[in-house]
Amino acid sequence: MDAEALIIFFFCGVIMVGAGVLVSNLVAPRSKNDQKDEPYECGIPTQGPSMIQFKVGYYLFAILFLIFDVETIFIFPWAVVMKKVGIAAFIEIVIFFVVLGLGLMYAWKKKALKWE
Amino acid sequence: MNWLYDFTYLTQSIHESLSRNFEQGTVVLIEMILVGLAFMILFALLGLVLVYAERKVSAFFQQRLGPMRVGKWGTAQTLADVIKLLMKEPLINKNADKFLFNLAPYIIMITAFMTMAALPFAKGLQALDFDIGLLYISAVSSLGVVGILLAGWSSDNKYSLIGALRSGAQVISYELSVGLSLLTIVILTGSLQLSVIVESQANGWWIFKGHIPAVIAFIIFLIASTAETNRGPFDLAEAESELTAGFHTEYSGMKFAFFFLAEFANMFIVSALGATVFLGGWMPFHIGGWEVFNNIMDYIPPIFWFFGKVSFIIFLMMWFRWTFPRLRIDQLLTLEWKYLLPINLMNILVMAFLVLMGWYF
Repeated sequence: MDAEALIIFFFCGVIMVGAGVLVSNLVAPRSKNDQKDEPYECGIPTQGPSMIQFKVGYYLFAILFLIFDVETIFIFPWAVVMKKVGIAAFIEIVIFFVVLGLGLMYAWKKKALKWE
Repeated sequence: MNWLYDFTYLTQSIHESLSRNFEQGTVVLIEMILVGLAFMILFALLGLVLVYAERKVSAFFQQRLGPMRVGKWGTAQTLADVIKLLMKEPLINKNADKFLFNLAPYIIMITAFMTMAALPFAKGLQALDFDIGLLYISAVSSLGVVGILLAGWSSDNKYSLIGALRSGAQVISYELSVGLSLLTIVILTGSLQLSVIVESQANGWWIFKGHIPAVIAFIIFLIASTAETNRGPFDLAEAESELTAGFHTEYSGMKFAFFFLAEFANMFIVSALGATVFLGGWMPFHIGGWEVFNNIMDYIPPIFWFFGKVSFIIFLMMWFRWTFPRLRIDQLLTLEWKYLLPINLMNILVMAFLVLMGWYF
């Protein structure tokens, strides 16, 4: 099979969830109650809105991840041809990792990896 | 019994008998539907078996019996749970973003299905054999985090939001380590195609052939994949004592069931990936020179080898959950960024050096 066949797996997911939710909607009992519409938070009314701006620390890690994930994409083709190319590939990856390590050290010293 | 050892005969004969009776387009359509049905059945069976196994294993770790009432030894417990969840009223929070709230379970299940498409189950039993299989799997499986973030955001619940953001930070961080530890083995195989990776282990698994760097890579892979699937001790995303149920607090009935099922399916997927790359996939265990031993091992069908290795890794992951206490978010990120990532990069260099010198089998 070719990559076009991936569409079938997409539809597998859609059908499975769709069928489950549909059957559940048909057989499940319903009863109307104001309390049921409230967010589930310890039984006391929730304070203020919940869809809020959130702590920046998470996004810092997301940015760091973005950098390192792109580096990983560079390492993928290198790893495939490493055996064939030999010593030149090894020297290049050493240089690459030194630059990458300097970047990680910089983030470390800048306390970007520290959670507060 | 020949088909149990090589599934190409089975798939070929199905294809031929269909081609005799139908036109080309119809054959492709029927085959697609067959494959789809097979994967849906596999998914349902995985859910039933793994949920039961998880409850039994955790019970035995705590010297309890676990589910015993429904069926012999409680084997029908998961089935009863499914029926119960089916009968539950679907609730939606009044301020929730209804479209995104309903979309989230679809995204999570679709990514799980699409990842599973590329796994090699046995010889000739692989739906899609990409030449970039490993890259494809790591790319698609990382889309699942979108579903988690959507679920947490659209629920209009503070617990859900905290759980989703924690999960987002955790999954993307540990994805790096999963990718890099797999790349350590790719240096040896020289290919990203999963069937080629399995074939290259016919005379020994990479965890044995790759010396110490391969063992280190396997340990890092185990830690990182446990974290990537949000399982204990890295289950901060749904830390029950702090966040009720994390990102799926507001979900009820079948939508909750799909989040639950996807968690177990993802556990199966990472275990299968680990088994394929490090433990030889469906290749039997061979010791060089021991002909009789090797012949006995060959007698066990490949598909049993595959599922045996996968169950072993899944059992290890369940074991982790009941052995280690849950980490804090700062400890979690420290572990990844200050320990696993530098160790992983060094490990790749060491492996590259070994390959350069030819110091591997």
